[in-house]
Amino acid sequence: MTRRQLSYRAAAAAVVASLAVSALAQIAPSERRSGYADLSPETKAMQDDDTANPGMLSVLDGEALWNAKAGAVQLACADCHGKAEESMKGVAARYPAFDTARGQPVDLEQRINICRAEHQKTSAYKAEDKDLLALSAYVGRQSRAMPITAGSDERLKPFIAKGEKLFTERQGQLNLSCAQCHDERWGKHLGSSLIPQAHPTGYPIYRLEWQSVGSLQRRLRNCTSGMRAQPFDYGALENVELELFLMVRARGMPLETPAVRP
Amino acid sequence: MQRSKQSRRAVLGGLAGAAVAAIVRVEPASATPAAMKSAIRTVVGEAQIKKGKVHIDVPALVENGNSVALTVQVDSPMSEGDHVKAIHVFNELNPQPNVISAYLGPHAGFAKISTRFRLADTQTIVAIAEMSDGAFWSASADVVVTIPACLEQL
Amino acid sequence: MARALINVPKTAKRGQIIEIKSLISHIMETGFRRTETGQIIPRNILTELLCTYNGAEIFRATMYPAVAANPFVTFFTVAKESGTIVFKWTGDRGFEQTETASITVEG
Repeated sequence: MTRRQLSYRAAAAAVVASLAVSALAQIAPSERRSGYADLSPETKAMQDDDTANPGMLSVLDGEALWNAKAGAVQLACADCHGKAEESMKGVAARYPAFDTARGQPVDLEQRINICRAEHQKTSAYKAEDKDLLALSAYVGRQSRAMPITAGSDERLKPFIAKGEKLFTERQGQLNLSCAQCHDERWGKHLGSSLIPQAHPTGYPIYRLEWQSVGSLQRRLRNCTSGMRAQPFDYGALENVELELFLMVRARGMPLETPAVRP
Repeated sequence: MQRSKQSRRAVLGGLAGAAVAAIVRVEPASATPAAMKSAIRTVVGEAQIKKGKVHIDVPALVENGNSVALTVQVDSPMSEGDHVKAIHVFNELNPQPNVISAYLGPHAGFAKISTRFRLADTQTIVAIAEMSDGAFWSASADVVVTIPACLEQL
Repeated sequence: MARALINVPKTAKRGQIIEIKSLISHIMETGFRRTETGQIIPRNILTELLCTYNGAEIFRATMYPAVAANPFVTFFTVAKESGTIVFKWTGDRGFEQTETASITVEG
């Protein structure tokens, strides 16, 4: 074998070895970056200014809904939960949370729908409904600047493990895993897009690509279909497990809801 | 062919019911630099357009063409006798050449406006200031627009 | 009624140049987008923002489909006297919405 053939072989072997080893590579806590850090100055300014952030329009809608009587029993969220500024402080930061009755985690949008059905006696919102996102944005806003605390409940352990499996397993037509881009190649570029670490630090976000507010489940389904893999349906447990894992991975990072992202 | 006739009819039918008298283009204007020049002439007439006084602040490479931050500022004392009457912004490759027209006056104090606009492709944008003495001043900026790597399917 | 956010300083000194920001919820459908089956989605945009200060026009913008969704427009004005600043948006399909803000001008 020539020296060049040997060096190609060695390079190939090294790549294969690195992919095998780095499947377990995680981002060191000191290296964690929110997508905010990679925004252009103009978009940062958009997020930072409550009178320029389109996500705040959704938060205001959520505030109105929080106080509006709904359902057969004509109850508003405020009637049970009082002032959101007090009762909802820290709530979004610890979601998805374990739901005892269902024996599994639920995300914030699911929790809102459970309340609507069980307590307000009215129909649940459909996925990505404008009003559902508004309530989620309003509740999320009450945790702004607070550190993410999701996943501390012992009962969540198996679901976090499942979420990690979903994050690190290869999938779809391109046979890619989330981890290969977001753990191993963050900071590099895919086409002209900067690869973020993918921490859900500001959901529901105002995404410039959507020209509207959307949930983490929507974003995960985008990513998955973009990878040419089959996304899980809205409301599927797999989505919640993945959301839960991502929030645990981001534990300690401050929540930015409502964030702006490209 | 069939499909585009149908949609044109549908839009015209919809417009017939519209209360607003705005002129609405039914099909995309020819998205060319010539269309932009023509739109500029509609505003400026035969007057000469001088380069200067106008400053465009826009990212050279946008994160997303759906929403691009834009600031236009014009040097002017903004006095009764010497002020900016209007700022007009144009683009060359979107389906339509106009972006926004802002009407000011001495009451503005400072000739600076900001907005967020859409860019369909990498192109040049032009801002024209109409002054109280009838003069027109302009500046242009080149902006690079790319599409996101992972196209959303949902 | 679309949700709107306006940012007008509550107080200012007479003659001070103040920045005013406005943001309103609106899809700004360009009329150039198509559905998955190729149908044109009809245009639906806001076409004008008019601001008056104690009845006098201080700013007017004509908006075209190139303005991004949820239009954000900022401008400056001289704080001349205490009173009311009125924002009026008009657009396709008879859209009309008014928001007001008060300002106290000292000195």
